[in-house]
Amino acid sequence: MAFWDYANPTRFLKLVQVVLPWLTGLCVLAFGAGLYMSFFVAPEDYQQGQTVRIMYIHVPAAWLSMMCYSIMAVSSLGTLVWKHPLADVSAKAAAPIGAAFTFMALVTGSLWGKPMWGTYWVWDARLTSVLVLLIMYLGLMTLWRTMDDPIKAGKAAAVLTLVGALNLPVIKFSVDWWNTLHQPASVMRMDGPTIHLDILWPLLVMAVAFTLLFFVLHLMAMRNEILRRRVRTLRLRAASAAHPRSAVATAQPAE
Amino acid sequence: MSPWAIALFQRDLRLSVRVGGSALVGVLFFLAVVTVIPFGVGPDLNLLSRIGPAILWIGALLATLLGLDRLFQADRDDGTLDLMLMAGRPLELVVLIKCLAHWVATGLPLVAAAPLLAVFLNIDPLAMGAVTLTLLVGTPALTLIGAIGAALTVSLRRGGLLLAVLVVPLAIPVLIFGVSSADAAIHDPVPFLTPFLILCALSLIAAVIGPIASAAALRFATD
Repeated sequence: MAFWDYANPTRFLKLVQVVLPWLTGLCVLAFGAGLYMSFFVAPEDYQQGQTVRIMYIHVPAAWLSMMCYSIMAVSSLGTLVWKHPLADVSAKAAAPIGAAFTFMALVTGSLWGKPMWGTYWVWDARLTSVLVLLIMYLGLMTLWRTMDDPIKAGKAAAVLTLVGALNLPVIKFSVDWWNTLHQPASVMRMDGPTIHLDILWPLLVMAVAFTLLFFVLHLMAMRNEILRRRVRTLRLRAASAAHPRSAVATAQPAE
Repeated sequence: MSPWAIALFQRDLRLSVRVGGSALVGVLFFLAVVTVIPFGVGPDLNLLSRIGPAILWIGALLATLLGLDRLFQADRDDGTLDLMLMAGRPLELVVLIKCLAHWVATGLPLVAAAPLLAVFLNIDPLAMGAVTLTLLVGTPALTLIGAIGAALTVSLRRGGLLLAVLVVPLAIPVLIFGVSSADAAIHDPVPFLTPFLILCALSLIAAVIGPIASAAALRFATD
């Protein structure tokens, strides 16, 4: 099975070496086309003016923030169920990228919100659930940083990621409830009946570009994480070779 | 309930209410939080009675978070946790019983203290009953969700702060439905039963997910 072949980190690194330049090139092309379309081809909105262009960054970032968590959830399943050796590397590498996309979605959203809604932040259902998502990303990253054993940290984070994946729909539902209870008139409404094709095309191209960017960054981060773990192992081995007795003593409390 | 479960429950309960346990500190903390909020928002009784249920819920959430690191930490320190892992009993059930004992020692006093604190916040008797009822139904969910965080951070030296950060996002639905069912009893924009039943459902879901996830985390933390 091809999926299992890449359980070997060396083989995976070789694959990354082949794939990454192509993926990077595609990503640059897609961004070139997408940015050109969204800045020069796409028309201004009759109400929002130039600020509608923020949407071409904001919406793909928001999509990616959710896709990234799904990839982390699948990777966590890989860690816990199939014990795939690269699954926790994938989950760990995805977390900061996901947090960055979520942060980008929040920042661009509030920059758009200031001229349009008159305020940077509204406790709207959608904004709030994205903020919760950001907190969960940051919590997961912190959990990884607090444990020095990467395998153990990966398993703990996988449990939390899966619980979070079960909880995210509940959070979304409850925040929707909470918001509609207090604020019946929804602020978040698309102007006009549907998105016009002139706006939709740049948006889709930007979405593809963002997805490619995610995979480029993800593969790079996974490669770095594998190399970092190798360095760690080499250091541990060197340290235990230099001080054989103390290494035995420290192996006990490190569990 | 089988004898070992009852024995475990009684042991945990005794340990937390006797000297060295921290069962009543939670209630004191709850009192401190509720006392300090009027200093922050001002002594306006109308305002306090309006946000009173929310204050009580947030106080209960914080007090629960404060006590959670005790759930597995002491057992891990003295090796009891390893014995429990090796005893051959279903670990999920062990976690559930421990959570139950922990809730009786820390959560139930919060529920009992809520009507008294409601007087400070100028909450009328009907709302007082509603808030107490929602806390009674909702605080087990907080303990059970918090058990996941406690199990994840059990191997850390000072995991209390991280635990709170990990648990708070997961506890948001409980908080929302707890406060909104208390509000529904007072202002009734919606019938009280709708959010209240969802709150009950959340507690039941937490009783399933919490023990399973914490047991998994505990196994990984000790092997």
